[in-house]
Amino acid sequence: MLPVFFYLFSIIAIFSAIMVITTKNPVHSVFFLILTFFNSTGLFVLMGAEFLAMLLLVVYVGAVAVLFLFVIMMLNIDFSSLRAGMIKNAPLGLLIGAVLLGEIIFSFIGMKYGISEIPGNELFVKLSEIENTRALGNVIYTDYIYLFQCAGLILLVAMIGAIVLTHRRRENVKKQDAVKQTLRDKSDSIEVSKVEIGKGV
Amino acid sequence: MTSLYIEYLPIAIFIAFAGGLSLLFALSSWVIGKQLPDSEKLSPYECGFEPFEDARIQFDVRFYLVAILFIIFDLEVAFLFPWAVALSDIGLFGFISMMIFLFLLTIGFIYEWKKGALEWD
Repeated sequence: MLPVFFYLFSIIAIFSAIMVITTKNPVHSVFFLILTFFNSTGLFVLMGAEFLAMLLLVVYVGAVAVLFLFVIMMLNIDFSSLRAGMIKNAPLGLLIGAVLLGEIIFSFIGMKYGISEIPGNELFVKLSEIENTRALGNVIYTDYIYLFQCAGLILLVAMIGAIVLTHRRRENVKKQDAVKQTLRDKSDSIEVSKVEIGKGV
Repeated sequence: MTSLYIEYLPIAIFIAFAGGLSLLFALSSWVIGKQLPDSEKLSPYECGFEPFEDARIQFDVRFYLVAILFIIFDLEVAFLFPWAVALSDIGLFGFISMMIFLFLLTIGFIYEWKKGALEWD
């Protein structure tokens, strides 16, 4: 039962990841990216990491992919000119890909032949005993409190930065102000004046 | 390992049922409904956007602001889930730790409220 789902998810994930970088239309790329996220969610579930799986759905599919769509929709990029530099940048891309592949191979060797060498491996032990959401919760807020508060500060800076960069108070916008409206009374809205006959006000 | 799949069985049934039902609705309206197409019916209608032009037009940056603020609070909520699950284990220290975190984000929330970023003119 297990290998069927594993191969299903991973084949679709690899296929859609390739489609992300090969489709002509960037909007299609984003949709393939979402499909990749969905299949990675399936893989995480198969590994027993439900919290990461749901986080991937909520944060990446729900929010980050939407942002990607926004960016693609909003920027006025000439995509054919971007594509022209592909051959020039290929060596750099290959180098980064090779580094990532090397990291995966090294961590695989570490997992296979000496798990005690990997820092933070005490988490692995905990994971087998309790469910991983609880295991994460046990360490994030206490052992890693500084990193956790750093995350809070980063979110705060992101919030303020987004507002400072994009928020403009518009001039000449007519708005209903309920307080002002109800505090008005007769004295400052109606004026009775005597108008002489034959003359204006 | 098999118990894991038993736990996910309701979700699988749910997904299959939802997919099948929506497919049934779409197909049945296509099969049963009378098709009398004319040019007005076939022309796309979108609120506020011209239907016949490139989809990549520049639109208001405020949509982006709303999306960014949504992501930030989305991440904040993501931090709350493991905290709520593990609260009985991490005790007062974990509780205060989360309160500081929430306080930081409340500062940001008050800032964006006062700045008028939540209003759409």
